[in-house]
Amino acid sequence: MLDSRGRIAGRNRAARRLTASSAASDVPPSWLAEAHRRHVAGTSDPTAGTPAGLFGSRSFEARPSPTGGGRVAWWLLDRTDLVAAHETVRETRERADATSDLFSTLLSSLNVPRCAEVAARMATDHLAEAAVLITPPAGHRYAVTHALRGRRVVQETRQIDPLTVPGLDEALRGFPPVPARWINPGAIPDWAIPEGFSGPVGSVLVTPLPGHGVPAGALILLRSDTEKGFSPEEEVFARLFASRAGTALSAARLYSEQTAITGTLTRELLPPPLSRVHGVDYAGRYRTAMDHERVGGDFYDVHPGPDESAETFVALGDVAGKGLDAAVLTGKIRNTLHALLPLASDHLRVLRMLNGALLTSHHARFATLVLASVKRQDDGAVRLRLTSAGHLPPLVVRADGRVEETPTQGTLVGALPKVTARTVETELAPGDTCLLYTDGITEARGGPLGDEMFGEERLRQALEGCGGMPGEAMVEHVQMLAAQWLEPGSRHDDMAVVAIGAPRGGSPAGGRAPAGDGGRARRTP
Amino acid sequence: MSGPRASAGELGEALWKAVTDGDEYDAVDVVRGALADGWQEEDLLLDVVAAVQARIGVEWAADRISVAQEHAATAINERVITALVHHGSGGARPDAVRGRVTVSCVDGEWHAFPARLVAETLRLRGWQVDYLGAQTPTPHLVAHQHHTNSDAVLLSGSIPTHLPRAHTAITACRSVGVPVVAGGRAFGVDGRYARALGADAWAPDARGAAAVLEAGPERPTRVRQAIDDLPHLADQEYSMVTQSRARLVKETLTELERRFPPLREYSDAQRERTAEDLAHVVDFLATALYVDAVEVFTEFLGWTADVLSARNVPPHSLVTGLDILADRLHDFPRALSTVRAGAAHLTGRTGPAVTDTVV
Repeated sequence: MLDSRGRIAGRNRAARRLTASSAASDVPPSWLAEAHRRHVAGTSDPTAGTPAGLFGSRSFEARPSPTGGGRVAWWLLDRTDLVAAHETVRETRERADATSDLFSTLLSSLNVPRCAEVAARMATDHLAEAAVLITPPAGHRYAVTHALRGRRVVQETRQIDPLTVPGLDEALRGFPPVPARWINPGAIPDWAIPEGFSGPVGSVLVTPLPGHGVPAGALILLRSDTEKGFSPEEEVFARLFASRAGTALSAARLYSEQTAITGTLTRELLPPPLSRVHGVDYAGRYRTAMDHERVGGDFYDVHPGPDESAETFVALGDVAGKGLDAAVLTGKIRNTLHALLPLASDHLRVLRMLNGALLTSHHARFATLVLASVKRQDDGAVRLRLTSAGHLPPLVVRADGRVEETPTQGTLVGALPKVTARTVETELAPGDTCLLYTDGITEARGGPLGDEMFGEERLRQALEGCGGMPGEAMVEHVQMLAAQWLEPGSRHDDMAVVAIGAPRGGSPAGGRAPAGDGGRARRTP
Repeated sequence: MSGPRASAGELGEALWKAVTDGDEYDAVDVVRGALADGWQEEDLLLDVVAAVQARIGVEWAADRISVAQEHAATAINERVITALVHHGSGGARPDAVRGRVTVSCVDGEWHAFPARLVAETLRLRGWQVDYLGAQTPTPHLVAHQHHTNSDAVLLSGSIPTHLPRAHTAITACRSVGVPVVAGGRAFGVDGRYARALGADAWAPDARGAAAVLEAGPERPTRVRQAIDDLPHLADQEYSMVTQSRARLVKETLTELERRFPPLREYSDAQRERTAEDLAHVVDFLATALYVDAVEVFTEFLGWTADVLSARNVPPHSLVTGLDILADRLHDFPRALSTVRAGAAHLTGRTGPAVTDTVV
């Protein structure tokens, strides 16, 4: 009970016990004195809630009841356990939030250095002042990631001796962690202490990063001697963190190994970059049926003749099916054609040998293709011999916009014991372009009304507006029309387009842009 | 070469002539000459080549050059860039000391030129640039981030209808911890759609993009879902309009033929052009619903009306088309009000007499 001046004027037995331990036994704690002052003055804030605070080491809530004479009886309710429970819930929730954030960020990247960087930085945010993450060596060198709270993460590859850090060698070899109290902080070598670390090392934790079957690395956590050591709960949390970081690192390592393998295996299957060869312009574009893949069942190649007087051999084709299986067969066909180059002047013979090779292989797939032998003549015109093997006939786009279909036809390869084909000769005047393409273009389904095929007629009409266009612009235009024709998100086949163009003007030397010779032909639109 | 240094305007005029003549050699000579006169590569790229490219687009819209000429001119302008950056400094390139970034177009975007300018500008300023170019499928872009650990992705978009796919790319790149700088006309003149789609930054041009990178964008840490950025998508109007695109076009075309007799005389090709125009209208409507911005739709209609009148096609069939479309969208309040706003915008533009009554 407090009097009008805020002094303790009476107390029950429980209150006597409470004040007995207090230094100034007739003065209430400041929070209660303040609540009393407001209550007496009538300025209590009804929205502020019940006054509460510490009395000694325990937590109380105070509810007033006036007793007359300016005195107020304050009933104190002990809520120490409630406060403690609330605090535990809050801490648990915060830790859960941090953990969930931590792990989703850890698992977001499949890049090994990035993963190590994130793990080391997060370790400094949540576990220790400094963290050093070491991944298993490639040769004698280890990738070492240094993180210091609030600083930029530093990564380097260097030679280290794991035996110089107690517990590190064990961690890197997948042995159970060495308890923190066994590690002498003074024994940590300089390389394992990030630059800028404040003062001597006070406590150290070395944790293995468990991976998929093999250790993914080790994490060294450092606290300076002014900070608390690692509690058993913190050691448990550090091990949980390390296990997640190890999983993330292993996944990233696995992914990068797989991508490297896929990259190596598919490199040979990618379409080659095309440019000017022996005074003739080549351009090509390829889009795979599956957006996440880089290789598919269409292919093209340009094999330059040994010199300008020899023919350049061009092949564009389409293997039945799509995806990696089809791509593997395109690789075989391309290799076979490459080997047959000495015979390339005789298209029918090339097709027969290819057919034989495909029939005797275990592939059940067949292919269609167009072969072209290309040679630039002295007058700037380009001579073409074209042979279709079950493929769409090439189109010739004249400089003035006329579009001609070349009447070559033949049987596809890899299906029947005998192949027949008719070779057609044609000539490109400067500015003319011959376009080879696969049926992925003409069979694109969609259009403004949906579910219509793009078709050869639309392609031909579009090409009428492309007379005199550079080959690379033409192949891009054709790919764009087909892509825009497709219904968004719909399935489509592989699409390949190659343009063979007779350059307008320019010197027969080709390849290099001349530095302003005055004698070249001009053309105005 | 001697004499006073040519101005950007003079160089632009010379380059414009060479590019529209389809003369690669003259075009390359223009920039090489300017380099010899002391022009900097970056200034030539951004103040001359970029300006000529912008002019190509304007001239096409005004029907002063054909699509074929537009493509041909762009192809030659691309070769000019190659010549400029490969030979400008005698083949030497500043060391890539600043960090590594990815420059890519939005999935489905064919206008690679702005992205190319950004890529070359950043290279000149010392960044290691992975230029993925036009029509980059988003899965490739994300796989590339896992592969390279870029400091940032610079995402270029010119056509607003690619904004939904841009959003997918932005969300995906950020979820693997790579910040995204968006740029290009698609994101709005002030970059408002870049912000709406959760991009970490927006840059109005190549120099702006370089400045953003030099300031060092923060790596995103919290994973966001697409719906977090655009809560209005929960009304499903975008999804419904996108999924019924073909049906909406077909029905509108049939009704348009009934109301607009000259259309019945159209050839198949002309009819298909009209259907394509309507399909674009539906695509832009869907985009406006996606970003919840009527002006995406009205700006497109204004631009289309300009292009049509440059080709002597009266735009009033467009208004009739919108009226018919509105009838089909009664159950979708956002779509309906967008289409009505579009029709009002067009009617307001067709003549001053109408403008007074509508606006």
